[in-house]
Amino acid sequence: MMAVQEQKKEKKEPLFHIVRRTDISTKTKAVIYAIAILAGFLISSLICWAFGEDATPIDFFASMFTGAFGTKRLIWLLLQDMALLLGVSVALVPAFKMKFWNLGGNGQVLMGCLASIFCMFYFGDLNNVILIPLMLVASLAAGVLWAAIPGIFKAYFDTNESLFTLMLNYIAQGLVAMFITIWVKSGSGVLSPLSAGNLPEIGGNRYILIIVVLFLLAGLMYCYLRYTKHGYELTVVGESPNTAKYIGINVKAVIIRTLILSGAIAGLVGFFLAAGINHTVSTASANNMGFTAIMTSWLAGFNPLLMFASCFFITFVNRGMQEVRMNFSFENDSISNIVVGIIYFCVIAVSFFITYQVVFRKNETKTKAKEEN
Amino acid sequence: MVTFVVSAVSLAIVFLYGCLGETLMEKAGHLNLGIPGIMCLGTAGGCLGIALYQGMLSDPSKPSWILLILFSIFFSVIFSSFGGSIYALLTVSLRCNQNITGLALTTFGSGLTQLIMDKYVDRSYFDAAGKVISRGFVNNSDAPGILKALLSYGFFVYFGIVLALAATFVLNRTRVGLHLRSIGENPATADAAGINVTLYKYLTIIVGSSIAGLGGLFYTMDYLKGSWENASTIEAFGWMAIALVIFTLWKPNVSILGSIVFGGFYIAAFVLNGSSTQKELLKLLPYVITVVVLIFTSIVKKKGSQAPAALGLSYFREER
Amino acid sequence: MDNSTVIELKHITKRFGSKVVANRDVSMDVKRGEILSVLGENGCGKTTLMNMIAGIYYPDEGQIFINGEEVQIHSPGDAFRYKIGMIHQHFKLIDVFSAAENVVLGITDEKYDLNEAKQRITAMAEKYGFHIDCDKKIHEMSVSEKQTVEIVKVLYRGADILILDEPTAVLTPQEIRKLFDVLRAMRSDGKSILIITHKLNEVMEISDRVAVLRKGEHIATVKTSETSESQLTEMMVGEKVELNIDRPLPVDPKTRLEIKGLTVTDITGIKVLDNINFEAKSGEILGIAGIAGSGQRELLEAITGLQKISEGTVTYYHPKKNKPVSFYHKSFKRVSELAAEGAFHTKDGAPVSFEGKSAKEIRDLVDEGEIIFNEDEVIDLRGKSPREIRELGIHLSFVPEDRLGMGLVGNMDIVDNMMLRSYKRGHSITLDRKSPSDLADKIIRELQVATPGSHTSVRKLSGGNVQKVLVGREIAAAPTVLMAAYPVRGLDINSSYMIYNLLTDQKKNGVAVIFVGEDLDVLLALCDRIMVVNGGKVTGTVDARTAKKDEIGLLMTKTEAEGEKA
Repeated sequence: MMAVQEQKKEKKEPLFHIVRRTDISTKTKAVIYAIAILAGFLISSLICWAFGEDATPIDFFASMFTGAFGTKRLIWLLLQDMALLLGVSVALVPAFKMKFWNLGGNGQVLMGCLASIFCMFYFGDLNNVILIPLMLVASLAAGVLWAAIPGIFKAYFDTNESLFTLMLNYIAQGLVAMFITIWVKSGSGVLSPLSAGNLPEIGGNRYILIIVVLFLLAGLMYCYLRYTKHGYELTVVGESPNTAKYIGINVKAVIIRTLILSGAIAGLVGFFLAAGINHTVSTASANNMGFTAIMTSWLAGFNPLLMFASCFFITFVNRGMQEVRMNFSFENDSISNIVVGIIYFCVIAVSFFITYQVVFRKNETKTKAKEEN
Repeated sequence: MVTFVVSAVSLAIVFLYGCLGETLMEKAGHLNLGIPGIMCLGTAGGCLGIALYQGMLSDPSKPSWILLILFSIFFSVIFSSFGGSIYALLTVSLRCNQNITGLALTTFGSGLTQLIMDKYVDRSYFDAAGKVISRGFVNNSDAPGILKALLSYGFFVYFGIVLALAATFVLNRTRVGLHLRSIGENPATADAAGINVTLYKYLTIIVGSSIAGLGGLFYTMDYLKGSWENASTIEAFGWMAIALVIFTLWKPNVSILGSIVFGGFYIAAFVLNGSSTQKELLKLLPYVITVVVLIFTSIVKKKGSQAPAALGLSYFREER
Repeated sequence: MDNSTVIELKHITKRFGSKVVANRDVSMDVKRGEILSVLGENGCGKTTLMNMIAGIYYPDEGQIFINGEEVQIHSPGDAFRYKIGMIHQHFKLIDVFSAAENVVLGITDEKYDLNEAKQRITAMAEKYGFHIDCDKKIHEMSVSEKQTVEIVKVLYRGADILILDEPTAVLTPQEIRKLFDVLRAMRSDGKSILIITHKLNEVMEISDRVAVLRKGEHIATVKTSETSESQLTEMMVGEKVELNIDRPLPVDPKTRLEIKGLTVTDITGIKVLDNINFEAKSGEILGIAGIAGSGQRELLEAITGLQKISEGTVTYYHPKKNKPVSFYHKSFKRVSELAAEGAFHTKDGAPVSFEGKSAKEIRDLVDEGEIIFNEDEVIDLRGKSPREIRELGIHLSFVPEDRLGMGLVGNMDIVDNMMLRSYKRGHSITLDRKSPSDLADKIIRELQVATPGSHTSVRKLSGGNVQKVLVGREIAAAPTVLMAAYPVRGLDINSSYMIYNLLTDQKKNGVAVIFVGEDLDVLLALCDRIMVVNGGKVTGTVDARTAKKDEIGLLMTKTEAEGEKA
């Protein structure tokens, strides 16, 4: 009702006003995002030109592509990184769909890593046939623990989940640091790779298992959200908690159940990192994927299938930037962060044009009439 | 003991600045996860200012105290407000999701800072500048303990405390504070009362960012006396500052004490004679306590010690 | 004190969109030092009119004069410059602030000094005889205290003209009396007070004059001392308008719902429903008339298990007579219990006993349809969950204020909204989208829902189409009792008639329909009986075929319960 106050104000500031879009075609959306991404790359290439040595935009783009696709190994690495990021995004997406802002992906993945390494360290004598399943179970349990705790408190006491999960990230890092001090007597703070409990290579390819499993999982998550009663319930809870109660959904149970699923998948990614890739753990093992995945799943509109695209894109930028860095003698990953940051900004900024519409004065009466009918 | 207090308080000031800036923004309804990035930017700006100033001197190893302070603050504020403005533009005007905007800002800010520090800041005389900036009122080592505990700090320590007290005063005793708090609680009501919500939000975010940025500057120039590690250390302190906001229940005056507690835990981890495991455990404690505080306040549900009601939500007038 | 005119409205017209006219050519005046009631039914445009004086809306046509001068009021700020302040129904207060902080919020043209503000507030409180604790936080306050803060906010800004939008709706009788004392004190201080209301007794008690509005038009302004409640009612409801709605006589009505002594108390301890008694019968439409907020919502929610019932019973006569028994509720135990009570007979009419039979034998008998109910099953609905009640066939198509509140999820498409009630059916973990999708297509086709397709978000549909989706879904589930609250709110004529016909069709199918409506003409044309509620009590039940419009109007504003007139 009060919106009409706006009407009056416009007499004084007649330039334009903003209305929420009622509809937007997929095509328009795609075009808007494409423009944002292009703009992001363009600004980034110019910045590299300014800061780097002889980094003309053409060289910049060329390096990005060699960095991402230059050799067979690089392509495998790209796919592996993408799969891991996709895994974390898949972990976060059901919670987001429920409007539960899980910022704790890093912590949940890290706990998964820690649990696996814990098993590798203490039960390294066991046969891999026993050890690996044990690690898997431990990782899943650790991830679940780290996600379900804030879920339970959210369900029962409405404890702010963003802040809670954020804190749990640091507690997880602290635990990792602590265990490393126990495991590494030299005081170097670096745990050298363990040989026990490493995942087998399939056909001599150590990337393929992780890639296949996590890609499959993304497909399954799509089905879970789209075709199961659970997925339906969590969407209703996210969209309208009142309606959910009204039709007899147990909101508390749905929140906790969803967070258990979320945590288990994050734990699985942690397991892969520990058993399949790093064979060790550090406070940075999660590689900040918990935060990056927030971006990728948001970009994909919380649709697991579209997340393939967003994860591929972000991974492409990250891997491409490593090449750019080396080619144009940047000392560290600072330039990658700048470029990623700028691309993020561009993509976030255009979300405004997807949700809202700027209406200039002359169209105004028409829109008003539409709204009121 | 005195050394412990002195270092705890010194480190606390890093958190204090960050927490203060974040508190102001949260009071206006903006959960800014870009604080770590902004603290980095503030560092870069401040250091750039100092390097510029020293570059103008014929003898860079003998900088003037007052000019160092002025140059560093001025450039630090410019850089931090630049970061804050990006955040404000995106979250206030374009109503983008605050969480992801903040995260992007942190990525961007730490990257840019690292680059600037590596390539454009001449740190050859920073130890001299650091010595001057961190100079306290009482410097001789045989002064009584109590005097040393109170007066041996550099300018930025006292400035931070004054800012915290001033922020408390502004928030609780002035009209500006009243309006600011009303926006964080219920922007529609504030708007209906004739308060310019957008202007207040922009100003608060820019001022808050500027304050937070000083935290990073302080860490590099005062606490570390001019030596530079890398942006990720400052980033970590930024996250700690966000935790501190919850721990201090959104009260700037409480944040003075709260930051000393956090600083104490952190320092204790280094000075105590425990095993390294125990030290890591100590470093973890601030976060655990913050979680406990968070849970406790949500269970008790006491109004007034909760996050501002409209925290994290974009305000769109036509949807009232 | 002189009796000069402070506000004069001349030919005010306000439209929303191209079709809805909220106010048409309204001319009226307000005098210094008087209390003027603005009386009218829901949706008669009284709040819109007042909002134009308070600067929230701007009139499309006409002029406003303040103290004889023509003025343009573009914003609440402008209104305050003309010393006009409005107290809205939904308070605009900051919960964690104290009363004093809320009062001074937004004031910039004086020094910020809370202590001085408190002194001024206290002085004001003394002057007009109300009580206010300046340091108390809003969230610790009762509704009445919050209202006081809103009034102080307006007075503090120096308002001489106060507009109160239904100020008594949320107050207890004692609080109302206190409020009226305050208003009288302000009147003697020379302030002009406009009260929006639809409660006749309050109009008679407090006001000097009454302005009556009907369907956006100003009917008359009369002196309270020269009028009566019945005269006001007549002006308010107007002449009866004949509507062409098909109304067959009820066929073989049987009691489906029996409500006895139903009392519901809200959190603050106020009785929102007070000793309600009525029956709803199959094959008839029972209308519920009453001013908005008289307990209609609570009544329907109590029946459907959404409100906690403090006292009384809700009995449901499950139409089971001569129907085969099935394991509904999936309860073997329940079927055995009923058999022991002699509730069943066999196909040949012999009494049924399960004694000595194994569970499998009983199951086989029942599955083959050998066992038949003697009578309708009598079920106490109290203590059943909303879902259980729904599965018994009692459906509520509730249209809450914001329409997308509880019945539908705005961001989901029509198909997914069809599933809201039924998705749980079956043991599969996956959803069955086939039948909801068919249902969605059927509703879109039969009710002519204007939508690009069944996969369009409900939020993108217009109000009328949302309504059709909601009502269509409820009817599709073949209920035995169908309750529809305000199903035509915001709909155009054609869509409204479509809904009326849908309800009548249900009635013809033997469904007991309960229709909560606002428009008396519609109630009189559509329903068989009309029950009138006011303040949580039934004030009368009338036969819709014979009742007069003003008779209902009077019942709607009466405070004391009366016997049945039907």
